Amino acid sequence: MIHSYKEQHITALTPDAIESKADEMKKAGYRIEQICARSKDGVTTLLYSFDKDFDLQNFRVTVPQNMTVPSISKYYWAAFIYENEVHDLFGVTFTGLVLDYKGNFFKLEKLTPWKTEPKTSEGGE
Amino acid sequence: MGKRTIVPFGPQHPALPEPIHLDLELDGEKVVRAVPSLGFIHRGLEKLVEKNDYNAMNYIMERVCGICSFGHSWGYSGAVEGLMGIEVPERAQYLRTIYLELSRMHSHLLWLGLLADGMGFESLFMNCWRIREQILDIFEATTGGRVILSFTKVGGQHRDISDETLKKIADKVTTLRPELKRICDVFIDDESVKNRMCGVGKVSTDEAVELGAVGPTARGSGVNNDVRCTGVGKYEELGFVPILEKDGDCYSRCKVRVKEVFQSIDIICAAVAKIPAGPVSVPVKGPAPEGEYVMRIEQPRGDAFYYVVGNGTKYLDRARVRTPTDANIPMIVKVLQGCDLNDVSMIVLTIDPCVSCTER
Repeated sequence: MIHSYKEQHITALTPDAIESKADEMKKAGYRIEQICARSKDGVTTLLYSFDKDFDLQNFRVTVPQNMTVPSISKYYWAAFIYENEVHDLFGVTFTGLVLDYKGNFFKLEKLTPWKTEPKTSEGGE
Repeated sequence: MGKRTIVPFGPQHPALPEPIHLDLELDGEKVVRAVPSLGFIHRGLEKLVEKNDYNAMNYIMERVCGICSFGHSWGYSGAVEGLMGIEVPERAQYLRTIYLELSRMHSHLLWLGLLADGMGFESLFMNCWRIREQILDIFEATTGGRVILSFTKVGGQHRDISDETLKKIADKVTTLRPELKRICDVFIDDESVKNRMCGVGKVSTDEAVELGAVGPTARGSGVNNDVRCTGVGKYEELGFVPILEKDGDCYSRCKVRVKEVFQSIDIICAAVAKIPAGPVSVPVKGPAPEGEYVMRIEQPRGDAFYYVVGNGTKYLDRARVRTPTDANIPMIVKVLQGCDLNDVSMIVLTIDPCVSCTER
């Protein structure tokens, strides 16, 4: 069966569950499609995508500020490219990255330019 | 073990039209390790989604790349349409299919020219680009732009293309067939070309899956991840079957692209014959709802992934594009390990990196 591009499979995961999920997807024969991030009010959300025979499975992982995330590069070596990008742009630290550029993957004028800070309450009485 | 030497490859190199850097660690003439370095032209286009509403963002997304600009516009618009639950009219879907295949033809011809140039085959290079120019002329005559077409919008197409013009496009690409055959026969049959590519930069089917390779790079190793099979556009109705090669070397990747140029002509002609009458867009009003949507398009270099996140306003929280070259860089790194220094430029070229896309 060919999966339609319209199928949307997006599942929420906790940061500590992504490693075992990557292991599970690798064993099931999925390839890595991509990893990306978005940041709002100090909270970063990662999206991991895996594909097998056009079955696209996405996992959303919400990362509180300053929390580290285990790298999935020991299961998917190719993940190094996405994890280094997310690190450089959003400031997310991945532990156990197989090829760690230590912030030098993108040559940026400003460190972690797309990282946001927590919303502070405005105004007063 | 001999003395190890580091040879920098790029960011400026005759084989590279755009800047990417590789540190090649050599043992004699053999590459032991290649470490890529990016970011020389990072533009941060995705960030502009915060200051441009979802309609205006379309013009920015098509500027991600100067070669596959049409596909980026379709991919992004398709993601927003999915998020908003918009069904695009049939005629617009046919037009998108035709223009994406024209983009594939000009991208593959550009690449074939660069490959010929990389081998020092200057006349072949000029012939590839001469034919490619005629595709750009079609773009210019029908949309007003050679590179940035601004033809697609959220909800359909900006303007219709008359049946008469479409027929002329089909006739034009059909007349290119004999010229294409003459140059493509050189890529397929010429001994000196085969000597540079056969058996070089081999990647097995399992390795291509393991490394997440996409597009002709993956299909040259027998991996079918061509997302034209997923019902996007009108490919299903046109009987699309992906082209696969098994050998996984530079020659296989070249053969896939050569065959795809001819396949694109067939798809364009079939689409022009079947395109129905009707509107080319639907009205799109109001904010994008809260939620997220993923979309994939088979760009000339492979599957491109689009992800949009809406927040209930006309401004999206996120518009992400993962370009095909992003996915193919890990494969470049692995394939270069153990190859001859002489073959580095050929291997890098046959993966067809587009750095402008990758840097976004």
